[in-house]
Amino acid sequence: MIAHHLPALQVVVPLLAAPLCVMLRGARAAWLIALGVSWAMFIVAGSLLARVLREGVISYALGSWEPPWGIEYRVDLLNAFVVVLVSLVGALVISYSRESVDHEVRREQHYLFYAAYLLCLAGLLGIAITGDAFNVFVFLEISSLSTYVLIALGRDRRALTASYQYLIMGTIGATFIVIGVGLLYLMTGTLNMHDLAQRLPAVEHTRPVLAALAFLTVGISLKLALFPLHLWLPNAYAFAPSVVTAFLAATATKVAVYLLLRFYFTVFGAPLVLGEMPLPEILLALSLAAMFAMSTVAIFQDDVKRMLAYSSVAQIGYITLGVSTGTAAGLTGTVVHLFNHGITKGSLFLLLGCMAMGMRRITLQHIRGIGRIMPLTTFGVVVGGLSLIGVPLTVGFVSKWYLVLGALERGWWWVAALILASSLLAVVYVWRIVEAAYFKAPGEQVAKLREAPLSMLVPAWVLVVATLYFGVDTRFTAGVAARVAELLLGGFR
Amino acid sequence: MTFTAHFNYWVAMALLTVGLYIVIARGNLVKKLVGLSIFQTSVYLLYISAGKIIGGTAPIIAEGLRVYSNPLPHVLILTAIVVGVATLALGLALVVRIKEAYGTIEEDEIHSQDEEP
Amino acid sequence: MSPAWAIAVPLGGAALIAAAGARPNLRETVTLSTAALLLGVVASLVPEVLAGGHPSAVLAEVFPGIALRLEVEPLGMLFALIASGLWIVNSIYSIGYMRGNREQNQTRFYVCFALALAATMGVAFAGNLLTLFVFYELLTLSTYPLVTHSGKPEAIAGGRTYLGVLIGTSIAFLLLGILWTWQIAGTLEFAWGGILEGRASNAMTGLLLALYMFGIGKAALMPFHRWLPAAMVAPTPVSALLHAVAVVKAGVFSVVKVIVYVFGVDNLAGMHSVDWLPFAAGFTIVMASLVALRSDNLKRRLAYSTVSQLSYVVLAAALLTPISIVGAALHISAHALGKITLFFAAGAIYTAAHKTEVSQLAGIGRRMPWTMGAFAVGALSMIGLPPFAGFLSKWYILQAAMGTGQTVAVAVIVASTLLNAGYFLPIVYSAFFKTGPADEQGHGHGEAPLPILIAQTATAAGTVALFFFPGLFLGLADRLAGG
Repeated sequence: MIAHHLPALQVVVPLLAAPLCVMLRGARAAWLIALGVSWAMFIVAGSLLARVLREGVISYALGSWEPPWGIEYRVDLLNAFVVVLVSLVGALVISYSRESVDHEVRREQHYLFYAAYLLCLAGLLGIAITGDAFNVFVFLEISSLSTYVLIALGRDRRALTASYQYLIMGTIGATFIVIGVGLLYLMTGTLNMHDLAQRLPAVEHTRPVLAALAFLTVGISLKLALFPLHLWLPNAYAFAPSVVTAFLAATATKVAVYLLLRFYFTVFGAPLVLGEMPLPEILLALSLAAMFAMSTVAIFQDDVKRMLAYSSVAQIGYITLGVSTGTAAGLTGTVVHLFNHGITKGSLFLLLGCMAMGMRRITLQHIRGIGRIMPLTTFGVVVGGLSLIGVPLTVGFVSKWYLVLGALERGWWWVAALILASSLLAVVYVWRIVEAAYFKAPGEQVAKLREAPLSMLVPAWVLVVATLYFGVDTRFTAGVAARVAELLLGGFR
Repeated sequence: MTFTAHFNYWVAMALLTVGLYIVIARGNLVKKLVGLSIFQTSVYLLYISAGKIIGGTAPIIAEGLRVYSNPLPHVLILTAIVVGVATLALGLALVVRIKEAYGTIEEDEIHSQDEEP
Repeated sequence: MSPAWAIAVPLGGAALIAAAGARPNLRETVTLSTAALLLGVVASLVPEVLAGGHPSAVLAEVFPGIALRLEVEPLGMLFALIASGLWIVNSIYSIGYMRGNREQNQTRFYVCFALALAATMGVAFAGNLLTLFVFYELLTLSTYPLVTHSGKPEAIAGGRTYLGVLIGTSIAFLLLGILWTWQIAGTLEFAWGGILEGRASNAMTGLLLALYMFGIGKAALMPFHRWLPAAMVAPTPVSALLHAVAVVKAGVFSVVKVIVYVFGVDNLAGMHSVDWLPFAAGFTIVMASLVALRSDNLKRRLAYSTVSQLSYVVLAAALLTPISIVGAALHISAHALGKITLFFAAGAIYTAAHKTEVSQLAGIGRRMPWTMGAFAVGALSMIGLPPFAGFLSKWYILQAAMGTGQTVAVAVIVASTLLNAGYFLPIVYSAFFKTGPADEQGHGHGEAPLPILIAQTATAAGTVALFFFPGLFLGLADRLAGG
């Protein structure tokens, strides 16, 4: 009985838990609720994925209103994969959060923090799981509004301006998405994505449909921080509380990428998006620009969180580059990099959170010599950094492998060369951290630090170990990704 | 394809552009939010226009009425309005906090304060 | 025995060394016994390989159809024997050196050393290009802390160059070459005769070869040789085992392996787009020798000598005849023995006399006869005189060069022999036959610590032994050339 309602529970439970946190008001109670809900959601997501792998697509009619009239939750391999990523990161982040939030957020705001987190989780899971185009917008706004709150809870006053800036740009992006969805509804009379996919071919060359594609592309690109629409991201990541940064970096942009894939491949279909429109060229150019420009900017950052934020924008370039190749290998690279980059950046920001326990800002000057003081934390950062570079035996290598293969398959050998060349920029910024952490004498402030508590180290290291494990055993990640790529490209055949 | 037949859409697009322009061009944080609201409102108009059928009534079964307006866009926009209000409220709350932290709500003054340290 | 043990043993050793960190004597015992055990494991594989067997093991399947797989073939066997055998000697030496110089962070040093050896074994026994690449990168990363061991600014700068060049070339060129190979051949497994035959056109082969040759930065083909002199900031045992044997040999070993097992010697012989390789190697040989001639710093001179000698192997492989492949394989072992002896001697001089420059060495041979004797043996082997191992390999390479009518190659070998003599003999001469400055006679120093002496005498003796008893190595090299 419950098994049948899992898709709904995935969203409803965190959505209901959020007001519960507000009503209880206790900091510890709120944390416990968030913790329980997060792990429960991970279990739900895992069993959904298992069921999809076993039985194929799950269609769930919300409130028993039959699709396409009612809202349908439609779980296929792609969104099951994304839901697992989001809920896994959520569960680990919340397990980690107690000490870090105690340290970074005022105690009387804790219950609000956890409520906002639960709403954000519900929103992200909702975007991923729903099969209704307008419902996407609603969940998008649930997650976005709670994200603005979470960012604004940062210690630095610049968190406020970062949050405001994100609010403006995020709202513009979301509104563009509504316009796109509206135009599609105008032309087809349906909002169900599956139904849209069947009705669109009849009208796909009309101007409103093409305009819808354009609006959706720009709107989603804003949410996923595609260069040059990334301006909100660096500040938001840099000034948000560590826990929030880790959670957002690992999930929010990834869900937006999912949305892009969903609209491009399921709703519009690969032949229109990649075959007739000049989107591959545009995406390719922007991706390459992101990879090179943002990695270069990252090199010149002294604030480590900002550096990694810019690195995120660059890594998103890799993800969209895979889309632009339009090949099975390239799309596999995209989907696998969603996961891989999610866990890599998640672990990195969590570890930076460990460092933030002892210092207000984490700049290269502040972390001098920290390798000796916090060996486990720092070594985890190094592993994450190696994954950003794409060193073998880390997940970053797996992603790059598929992306380069995708470019070669398409015959873009120069793109393949550029992908690899751009990883060298990552070497530079990662090594700035390594040199500061290991080769500089610790300052007074650093010398007073101690290694982070186990309750923080363990969740962070689970992700670090995952970056190594999935770098060797790719059966799950790349295996699912390859099947997803095949599914997405189905339109070509 | 006359101008008047698409009058609502023209207005929607005009509002859209005006709103976006305000968001970009104004440095005052409250004015930006005003622009954002106008921008969002234009979308309400877009949806509602599509749902309206001239001569149509509310979709209630009644004797002698055969032409109905489409209710779905109205419902959707009801949701969107709620979202818009929430966004505006949150945005204004942030502006209040920014004012407390910086003593100003002008963008350039805020930036100049942050550059100093 | 499964070749996976050759990786597991040093890895386990590294863990034990880390655990024993607080007790230096126990730690060093663990290092030595790990090294001995590793040699045992490697040696136990020899009979099967000599008999034509290819023991193999699958570690993990990373991508569908591409596993991390070990497979022992003759060249890898030879390389692994050299590296693991010299690790024992080098560990003895390290103990003398690290204690003699009171170096910091010795536990980290021994741990990284064991890790580097594990990576080296992985390179040696790699069964396909992916495995080779993975361990190649791990070798770079595990040796980085060794290069920057002292933590001084020049060590950090050296480490930057080291990492920048090695990671840079391997990711930008080598990985691209590997992925391209996968794209056109559909396999990455090493197979005698090559996997690219008939799959890549003339021009494509030339380009791919360039990606491999320059991508394998550890082979130090100019202009990607800068990392090797930069790595000389490391403690001498690191320079000795890693930057004269394990790391650099991993480079040329990969070059030979790629030419034999990926391109195929016969396949390449029919392509004109690869004719540039002997010239590139020859250029590196001569240029590096010239730089060595002008370097006053002893370790720097040795480093450039290594750059030059490495290109002998590349040149030999590029001649593309069975006999030159034998020469290449032999030179890997001959140079390893000779060069490690030279570095041992350099480290001994530093430990006993704290001298680093060639110009300071006048008369030192009288105070350190064993050290300079070993140095002389190494130098003569480098030049290629009998009865030292260097003669043997040079003989094979020269024979191949004459046989194929490559006059340029012949000229390069002759010229570099003269240059080798030019930069090594004066050191030996002044050490034994000149007198040092008078002021240093007063507070004289004696020989280096005993472990150092044992180690360098052993490798010097090995250089001679390899000349007289090359049977095992020749047997392996013949297997490589003959399939």
